[in-house]
Amino acid sequence: MANENCINQAACRTPQFLMLLALGGLVMLGTLYAFFTLEHYGHVLTGMNNQIVWGLPHVFAVFLIVAASGVLNVASIGSVFGKKLYKARAPLSGMLALAMMAGGLAVLVLDLGRPDRLIVAMTHYNFKSIFAWNMIFYNGFFVIVGLYLITLMDRKLKGYSTPVGFVAFLWRLALTTATGSIFGFLVARAGYNSALMAPMFVIMSFAYGLAVFLLVQTAMYWWNGLTLDERVQARMEKLLAVFVAASLYFTVVFHITNLYFAKQWEFERFILLDGGIYTVLFWVGQILVGGIIPLVLLFSSAARKSMALVALAALLVILGGHAQMYVTIVGGQAFPLEMFPGYAESSSFHDGVVAQYSPSIWEFMLGIGGIGIAFLATTVAVRTFKFMPQDDFHALESGKD
Amino acid sequence: MSAPEKQETLQERREFLKAGAVVAGAGLASGVLVFGAAHSRPPEQAATADRRWGMLIDTKQCGDGCNDCVTACNTENGLDGKTGPQDSQWIRKLNIKDLRNGRVHELPMLCQHCEHPPCVDVCPTGASMKRADGIVLVDRHTCIGCRYCMMACPYKARSFVHEPLTEQNPEVPRGKGCVESCTFCVQRVDRDEQPACVEACNAKGHQAMIFGDLMDPESALSKALKSQASTEVRADLGLNTGVRYQGI
Repeated sequence: MANENCINQAACRTPQFLMLLALGGLVMLGTLYAFFTLEHYGHVLTGMNNQIVWGLPHVFAVFLIVAASGVLNVASIGSVFGKKLYKARAPLSGMLALAMMAGGLAVLVLDLGRPDRLIVAMTHYNFKSIFAWNMIFYNGFFVIVGLYLITLMDRKLKGYSTPVGFVAFLWRLALTTATGSIFGFLVARAGYNSALMAPMFVIMSFAYGLAVFLLVQTAMYWWNGLTLDERVQARMEKLLAVFVAASLYFTVVFHITNLYFAKQWEFERFILLDGGIYTVLFWVGQILVGGIIPLVLLFSSAARKSMALVALAALLVILGGHAQMYVTIVGGQAFPLEMFPGYAESSSFHDGVVAQYSPSIWEFMLGIGGIGIAFLATTVAVRTFKFMPQDDFHALESGKD
Repeated sequence: MSAPEKQETLQERREFLKAGAVVAGAGLASGVLVFGAAHSRPPEQAATADRRWGMLIDTKQCGDGCNDCVTACNTENGLDGKTGPQDSQWIRKLNIKDLRNGRVHELPMLCQHCEHPPCVDVCPTGASMKRADGIVLVDRHTCIGCRYCMMACPYKARSFVHEPLTEQNPEVPRGKGCVESCTFCVQRVDRDEQPACVEACNAKGHQAMIFGDLMDPESALSKALKSQASTEVRADLGLNTGVRYQGI
């Protein structure tokens, strides 16, 4: 049965496939167990509290949502900008976008205080809320990218792939702008309240999405015993390097603009110098592991010939991306809210002190479920449908891509 | 005085007292009705923008270490009064110390019932809402527990219910998985009573909190705001809070 479905692969390797399914299934079982437990006992079992209201599940969820829109970039470069090398990868890109969006959204929904009221969220919209707009963008993403994927994979509809791809491209830009704005529009908190959040999230989505794409692509080539053409690899790794460098650039601008405003100094001191775990995650996680080391790897001469090295760089970008989300989401809340500038504040409600947050195993199990969903969907999809990139080497030779 | 005469006089007195009681009763009842017509709102009638409820807190009058407003709020609204990081606090005593001169103030911090509340702006479902009379509330039927309002509130005035609740006040429905905050004791205000915290503060003799209608120039609140310099917390955000402080 499983063999019959493996129509696009050199070797079916059914036992290994089933093992992957079992692995993903185990993660999902853990997620469901955590969900029902939290649904029964409440968020009291998590490390989240009235100071850190968004925690680890949101770190995983927002990363997946941002990366989902970013991974679609590969298809956009093909359809909107006409690059054949990327066109060959458009179906895989579209499928990954859907899988990751599904994973990210599932975590967001499962973490709600009242997940049973999802229907309320789908039927009551406050159009002044950027969060409500995000729900429209997320739902629309499934429809538009779903249609786009059909036009990419159905020969008869191929002609529509360019206009639909263009709509998908604009939609994903709007979506990530809106996701960044969830934080950018929080006027009261020092860690957010910045118009830079939106473009920064867009550029980070390019990097995270491409990193995920490269990792999955490497796994698929390795699974089928194939080697990615050096020219293809060289171009994709350069693009990743550009995106990683651009993300670093935005990070620098974000902090420099903050440093220019005297009222933001304390927050910057917290993130950059004495914020404990947040400072470590910023410098070691976001900057070093997620930025500088991948750049060094991608620009090294060894990377040209090594698929594994590029995959390692991509993996580091993904890890750094999670660190960035942790610093942005949790660090931004941990820094005390200043109600009376020039005054020291204290109360029974933890005013004036850095908020404490120790994630529990429950929220980790819940959060990791997003990756589990994306992993399972991808594993089944790449086995069942034709997502393996088919490069046009003639075009590559003649440089017409 | 003969016995029959005495009896007659007593009878007259009874008649007089009866008539007096009827007159007094009728007068009182009509007075109550007139008062009611002027002040309280029948349950079937919606709140209107003719009023805006607000509060002025005098930090100079706020008692050192006094927690009566907090206790009264907890009792009225069915909160357990615990102060762990996951416990709800609708009102809290905030201590602030001027870093330049060391001057210390104590003040109650609660939902500021903003005219332009960020919690209402960001709520995806519209569960966070402002009543026509300015009271900011959470609709328990449409709150999905996303906590975005808690991220947006500049005053940390909101709490998330982290675990199942028992022994609730039937007038103040609360529930696991929803966000909640000070309602200005809306159930009392609609009965023409003062919020529990204000009542407790007055009972203690501190008189640090004045609650009333900001739209009524004759209200004690409006008069106090007209004659005293008051401040808005995070005035830079331009939210036009319903709660003001004096003495800071």
